[in-house]
Amino acid sequence: MRGGGEGEEQTPDSGPLSAEKLASVAGFGRAVAAAGYVSQPQSVEELQEILEVASSREWKVTLRGTGRSYGDAALRSEAIVLDLRRMNRILSWDRESGVIDIEPGVTIEQMWQSTLPQGWWPPVVPGTMRPTLGGCLAMNVHGKNNWQAGTVGDHCLEFDLMPPSGEVRTVRPDTDAELFQAVIGSFGQLGVLTRIRMQLKRVETGSVRVTAVPVGDLGEMLQRMDGAKDDHEYVVGWLDAFAQGKRLGRGQIHLASYLAAKDHPSPQESLNLESQSLPDRVFGVLPKSKMWWFARFVTNRFGMRWVNSVKYFHARIFERNKTYDQSLAAFQFLLDYMPGWERAYPADGGLIQHQSFVPAGSAEEVFREQLEICHRYRMPSFLAVLKCHRADDFLLSHAVDGFSLALDFPVTAKNRQRLWAMIQELSQPVVAAGGRFYPAKDAAISAQLFQATWREGQLARFSKLKSEIDPRGRLTSALAERLLLPSH
Amino acid sequence: MASEFHHALVIGASSGIGEALARKLAAQGALVSIVARRADELERIAGEINDLCGEERAFPFPQDVLRRDEIPHLFQEIPRAMGGLDLVIYAAGVMPEVDFEEYDTSKDSLMVEVNLLGAMAWLNEAARRFNKLGSGTIVGIGSIAGDRGRSANPGYNTSKGALAIYLEALRNRVARRGVRVVTIKPGFVDTPMTFGKPGLLWLISAERAAEIILAKARRGVVCAYVPARWRLVSWVIGSIPSFLFRRLKI
Repeated sequence: MRGGGEGEEQTPDSGPLSAEKLASVAGFGRAVAAAGYVSQPQSVEELQEILEVASSREWKVTLRGTGRSYGDAALRSEAIVLDLRRMNRILSWDRESGVIDIEPGVTIEQMWQSTLPQGWWPPVVPGTMRPTLGGCLAMNVHGKNNWQAGTVGDHCLEFDLMPPSGEVRTVRPDTDAELFQAVIGSFGQLGVLTRIRMQLKRVETGSVRVTAVPVGDLGEMLQRMDGAKDDHEYVVGWLDAFAQGKRLGRGQIHLASYLAAKDHPSPQESLNLESQSLPDRVFGVLPKSKMWWFARFVTNRFGMRWVNSVKYFHARIFERNKTYDQSLAAFQFLLDYMPGWERAYPADGGLIQHQSFVPAGSAEEVFREQLEICHRYRMPSFLAVLKCHRADDFLLSHAVDGFSLALDFPVTAKNRQRLWAMIQELSQPVVAAGGRFYPAKDAAISAQLFQATWREGQLARFSKLKSEIDPRGRLTSALAERLLLPSH
Repeated sequence: MASEFHHALVIGASSGIGEALARKLAAQGALVSIVARRADELERIAGEINDLCGEERAFPFPQDVLRRDEIPHLFQEIPRAMGGLDLVIYAAGVMPEVDFEEYDTSKDSLMVEVNLLGAMAWLNEAARRFNKLGSGTIVGIGSIAGDRGRSANPGYNTSKGALAIYLEALRNRVARRGVRVVTIKPGFVDTPMTFGKPGLLWLISAERAAEIILAKARRGVVCAYVPARWRLVSWVIGSIPSFLFRRLKI
């Protein structure tokens, strides 16, 4: 029995639990949202104060950056949401060694814009530059070069970790290997990263040389991507998920490598930020910031079928084996081309993404089955992307030696239940093939399916660390409770 | 568009329509926090709901609606206990016996305190929260007795009439943020409040009333009579000219 009787603590007028801190916090896809008390600490001391309040009043805490995880990774109902965007200082930068110390709220954009003019680029970036580095390490994100460069975590040299107790400790991969590998990719369940040290990659120019290759079906796509791995730094495949039968998996591959200074007419200039700016207008007329509004008219099953077909035939006819040079930002951050693109998805549901990682030997069979399941449900993916991967040693690793297929789906009030059921069905062949799922993208899979992909003892090792570092389970998220808790 | 409720709060849930609403919401799969003055009754109802559902779906919070300073704190604790809040129903109400010749200010003020000020205190907090979050449904249980000042119980008429005006004003405040405010005007419902009273026309059970109220809340209607035929009665009563109405003993 709870009560509001005498002696009860009153709702504070200030601090992390004051009524004005309450806000609706959504995932990037807008398909999931929760009400939380949002605080934006600016320093380690402020962070400690908030954790103290959470501890004394026994509130749960969820970590959040720019909120670019598609699903429920950075939200939880009725918790304190630690929005770390204002802890965004670059603490030190060594242009000789390419080592940078940053606070967790520094975004990829902020980081590369500070380092590229001196010839340094983040070795691993996702398809958008908007996430924070704290978020990237919490979800251990990857890029189009995962099979050869690993994940963001592979380029982290050390970090300062603040567990809920508030005492900060430095964690290095050589002296604290187990903790280091457990914290990275643990969805922020083991502490706040208050300082992150990253090693950047030396580049001679700010450009990549890209080759676009059209492919007729899924088998050819996987074969060509695999074959291109030795000669290129980046490999990414787009496929038309509306195509069926013999054309299933048709699409286009982009292969890219860093451009050497000798191959560039003005290598130094290419490192300047002006050379990296994404065009802000389409056809020189339409402002990109407004494009999502027009895109709404084609973001439906019929419109996207047409868009995917046009894109494929354009790739076949006009871009066949075309090679061109592109700025690093333009090549890497495709998702930033149309700001607010996620708003083109249905207003009553948004979108979710599902990304499966499958060992190379089973990839064609599993992805074929997944695409066919989508057709059977009459919910083909609006955007489908293939990447190459390698396994790694992080405790909650999602990667395998093989390929991943990321599928975007629109969510509506009407299709929601059926879509969630389809995601469970899409996941089953992945589990059977020894594959994995990517929590940064997920919003829907069950704990049972997620945990079926883990190595023996993996969850027990994580639970042990969690109970040592955060015995009261202070740090949590909707994602962690959905995927981890039922077996705790 | 119809909404499903997952986390509900019912104030005045220890008997009558409030209790029936809490039981129905839990049976439909929602978590429900129940508020009332009588702690033992709340415990019993929560226990019965949880036994029936086979899991913890009812969360008892004993509170006297006269103690309005406790409400902001409870409004933080209740959503925390359930993991959310999307429906708030104010069903607390009193209607003491008032004789035709009786002018008892203490009875009138109790009705205003419980039926009106208690509702305003709880629903102001609900509106503040839902307005901030941009979603949510608020339901106030008024009465057909609030549609006209009648000779039998001026205090009750006043409290329910003022409640209807308050709910309308609240609706006009928060509608633009996607929050729904539903005014419910039941006719005669078989509850302890009406027990033993004579001349109860079209009496329906509290369970049936709860069913209708939840259906209306899901649709987010502005104002619903329960059952709907009372709208006609209200229209007829409202149409009677004052010089005739004052001669009637209703």
